[in-house]
Amino acid sequence: MSEHNSTELPLEETVWTQKVSWIDKVPRSVGIAMVLGAFLFLWWFLSTSGLVPSIILPTPMETLDDLIFVTENVLRGDYIASSLWTTMRTIFFGYLLAIVIGFGLGVLVGETGFGERSVMPLLVGLDTMPKVAFAPLFVAWLGFGIASKVALATFIATFPIIVGTAAGMHSADQNARMLFQSMGASRWQTLWKMKLPTGLPQIFTGLKIGAVGVMAGAITGEFIGGGKGVGELVRLAATQLDTPRVFSLIIYLSVIGMLLYALVVWVQRWIVFWKKEQVLANP
Amino acid sequence: MHQAATAAHTSMHHSETVYELTNVGKTYGKDVVALENVSIALHKGSFSAVIGSSGCGKSTLLNIMAGLIPPSKGRVVLQDKPVLGPRDDIGMMFQQATLFPWRTTIENIVLPIEIRDGRTAAENAKSRAKELIELVGLKGFKDAYPSQLSGGMAQRASICRMLITDPAVLLLDEPFSAVDELTRDFMNMELQRICLDCNATTFLVTHSIPEAVILSDVVYIMAPRPGHVAEVVEIDLSRPRNLDMITTPRFSEIVHHIRARLDDEAGQ
Ligand SMILES: Nc1ncnc2c1ncn2[C@@H]1O[C@H](COP(=O)(O)OP(=O)(O)OP(=O)(O)O)[C@@H](O)[C@H]1O
Ligand SMILES: [Mg+2]
Repeated sequence: MSEHNSTELPLEETVWTQKVSWIDKVPRSVGIAMVLGAFLFLWWFLSTSGLVPSIILPTPMETLDDLIFVTENVLRGDYIASSLWTTMRTIFFGYLLAIVIGFGLGVLVGETGFGERSVMPLLVGLDTMPKVAFAPLFVAWLGFGIASKVALATFIATFPIIVGTAAGMHSADQNARMLFQSMGASRWQTLWKMKLPTGLPQIFTGLKIGAVGVMAGAITGEFIGGGKGVGELVRLAATQLDTPRVFSLIIYLSVIGMLLYALVVWVQRWIVFWKKEQVLANP
Repeated sequence: MHQAATAAHTSMHHSETVYELTNVGKTYGKDVVALENVSIALHKGSFSAVIGSSGCGKSTLLNIMAGLIPPSKGRVVLQDKPVLGPRDDIGMMFQQATLFPWRTTIENIVLPIEIRDGRTAAENAKSRAKELIELVGLKGFKDAYPSQLSGGMAQRASICRMLITDPAVLLLDEPFSAVDELTRDFMNMELQRICLDCNATTFLVTHSIPEAVILSDVVYIMAPRPGHVAEVVEIDLSRPRNLDMITTPRFSEIVHHIRARLDDEAGQ
């Protein structure tokens, strides 16, 4: 067939390019710079045009000034530094507790019929409650110190870790179960050598949602229970209508949040090495 | 089929029975009768296949033989000991290779040893695993992760995993139905070579008549409702078999016979 045609057609190569829209070709760094630039411009425009009073929305420059002040304070090790330290300790202990409790209950719920039938309904019930409403209770029980904030942070971060772990335990397929059964594996071996490794991607999804929750819990705890953390500084600044300070503290908090998240992603990439691409695909 | 039966019988008469099922029945729940009066005897070094329509109880039979589910009736005896649960003298292979992505090929292969005897034993079994890797033609891939293996290569690795415990019987549930047809023909010939090499006693579940015939000494035709053995066909083609035999008149005669029998059973 082709021999017949080739005598009639010109012998050009039929090389052609697939169309890719420009928006899919923008390099990552340029794209990020563009979005950030547009955001800053919009912010600058809204705050300087007089459309929004400066008490509600400070200009980017005012915020930058304050951010520099805060940074100097932090570098000197002054009171903002110690507030950050307090909040970071709350987050650390809250997350650690949430991981231990969440993982333990997740395995119980995912692995045993008792957990699934008897513990899970209770957990679902607790999870649907507005957990922030427990904050005053934690203050009443544990006082105004760091413990009541850790409790709230743990309380909020634990549920996604339970759900992630329990879901992970169910992610092994029928073939893998039959294989382990046919090898005469004990329940413990099946758990450690098959179900848990198989479920690691889901467990890490739970850990990532938990990392966001632990931040929210720690700050909310500090709003409601006072103390020495950044949440208290934010509350104070807001009551004094010092919005640039509120903004720069929020920027500091989001940096902490991003670092925590990045740490989890890094650990995931290191442990779940066989699923590299998926780490980026489901952040 | 008459000459076929006598020929195969004389050649196999002196080899001992490794696996014996007598009047095995299985009822799921109260009234789903999946198997009734199934009697099967596997001789040492023989290759048997079971073929039948979907839902006639093939997987149920295999799972009973593997000790994964208990029978409701009958006797199941492997190497003179009743099968009362999973055993390490049974090797199993499924439709999917089911290699674990966090283990290298060789670590996947020694997994049954690790489960049975612990890590040190698994470490010691690696030299045997290397021999098996060479036997199935996976040389150079022992430290590769499963994501680097093709479907056929993954199934080869799972053959090694099945052989590492030196099982007395190999139970295969449609092992190559997930790979493409060219690979499948090739893998079947490889399977024959490996089984002959190890003098393995093998029992295969399949949906493909040509596959059953080219590989087996004995083919069990199963019929549904309730699942039972409708006919036992002994295949008198010479060993080792090769893919050219598929075009011989004898081969097509046997295939035709089995197909007619399956159609009969389906028509009832
Ligand atoms: N766990 C179970 N509970 C109840 N009934 C079952 C169960 N497993 C299988 N059955 C029934 O037993 C019969 C035989 O099933 P089985 O899976 O053994 O068939 P099969 O021959 O392997 O089919 P296929 O070729 O589709 O794999 C079917 O009617 C099925 O519905
Ligand atoms: Mg089946």
